[in-house]
Amino acid sequence: MRSPAHVRFVTALTQLRPAAFVAVLLVAWHVAIKFQSNPLLPGPLAVASGLLELATRGLMLKYVVASLFRVTWGFAGAALLAIPIGLAIGWYRRVELAINPFIQILRPISPLAWIPIAILWFGVGDVAAIFLIFLASFLPLTVTAINAVESIPEVYVNAGRNFGLRHSQLVYRVLYPAVMPHLIIGLRITLGIAWLVVVAAEMIAVNSGLGFLIVDARNAGNRYDLVVAGMVMIGVIGLLLDIGIRSLERIPSISWGYSDD
Amino acid sequence: MTSVTAPASALATRALKTKLRADGIKMVFERDGVSTDVLDDISLEVGDGEFVCLLGPSGCGKSTMLNVIAGFISPTKGQVRIDGERVTGPDRRRVFVFQERGVFPWLTVEGNIGFGLFDLSEAERRQRIAHYVELVGLQGFEQAYPRELSGGMKQRVEVARALAVNPDMLFLDEPFGALDSITRLIMRGELLRIWEAERKTIVFVTHDIDEAVQLSDRVIVMTARPAKIQRIVDIDIPHPRDISSPKYLSLRDGIFDAIGLAHKV
Repeated sequence: MRSPAHVRFVTALTQLRPAAFVAVLLVAWHVAIKFQSNPLLPGPLAVASGLLELATRGLMLKYVVASLFRVTWGFAGAALLAIPIGLAIGWYRRVELAINPFIQILRPISPLAWIPIAILWFGVGDVAAIFLIFLASFLPLTVTAINAVESIPEVYVNAGRNFGLRHSQLVYRVLYPAVMPHLIIGLRITLGIAWLVVVAAEMIAVNSGLGFLIVDARNAGNRYDLVVAGMVMIGVIGLLLDIGIRSLERIPSISWGYSDD
Repeated sequence: MTSVTAPASALATRALKTKLRADGIKMVFERDGVSTDVLDDISLEVGDGEFVCLLGPSGCGKSTMLNVIAGFISPTKGQVRIDGERVTGPDRRRVFVFQERGVFPWLTVEGNIGFGLFDLSEAERRQRIAHYVELVGLQGFEQAYPRELSGGMKQRVEVARALAVNPDMLFLDEPFGALDSITRLIMRGELLRIWEAERKTIVFVTHDIDEAVQLSDRVIVMTARPAKIQRIVDIDIPHPRDISSPKYLSLRDGIFDAIGLAHKV
């Protein structure tokens, strides 16, 4: 027989599994570095002291804020523009047929290919980086919104029309809630892309932010402990952003769109 | 067989005011250059407060006919008039009840039932919602989302949402088709109870012969595609109907014969 205490213990252990896995990796990393005469990477302790150094010099907060600032403006601007445009395109299918080839040509172009043009137009600075993030987010969000409209079952639209909704009401009371679950998945994926792009953009187009930190740490004296510290921060913040958007998926008026696990 | 009457005289014998009149409805769908005749010259009348079933095999076009009547699609030829007014689109005076899939999953039971009540004051809205929640027996589930409800409960939400706007006609497209047979029987009883209380004109599409004979005043039997009216059968048995009475059985068997089905399995 299993006692309740035993069950609680096993549950706690299960919940600790991810943390335990990270701990094992850190130990393995530490040990591997210890036994190398010419390490390929700084060890976890060096990285930790790098993080501490960044925090005490005030650079950690400054760079994180700089990166988040660019992502926020680029991503929010793209979302505000792309979602209404995509919904409109999806609603009027003929428009979609007309512009679809254009979208398909732009899509495979990496947003990073735009870096020279961004610098030409906006110079080195925040605007160029924000523009790149905007570009990286705009097309995926437009395509998500188009697909979201097309996936709405016709029966919802017909029911809305049947109750005498005018066009604007139909958009607000049927179209918008019906596409929300789909849109949030698109926002999640796109925010991930935006976070990848900001790091790349900051390596070239600006002199602050987490991407700049990584390039700068290498250029100014091969401080690979700070390079890896920057990578750790990028990973942690990316994870937090994803958790933030995922929490929207649990809102009852949205969660219907996801299957129960 | 005396119970089977010719279409032309069907309404004359009932002395009801004509609610709906469809004249020479033809429907041809074009897809990839191939045209399919779905409805072939259908004319029918439905009286005010009458309960009519459109009965036919799956895919015969009876749902298309109901969509034409409701104004969701316009016919290739012919026209539908309701209260003498030509139907050009959907209208909140006539509400279509889809299978339970028409319930909005992002709204609670209350939100769904109140969906069409946007022009009422908050107090009236509350009161109307409460009334219809009770009518369909969903007390205690007002705040539940559709995903938490069974198929039968979702179906009730749809019926309540339709009734709440006080329409004078209801169109039901195989509303109980997705339910298990016990729930289906219960829902038929509930629908009849509501119909007798509110006296809406109902057009009900089904492929289930028993369902048609249990529920309706008249059964309009349609042929396979392209659909025509094969015959119209008056079901002049008062409710509640005894489904083992000789009259019920002879009417039902008459329809089985008309469709060309044997009585033995």
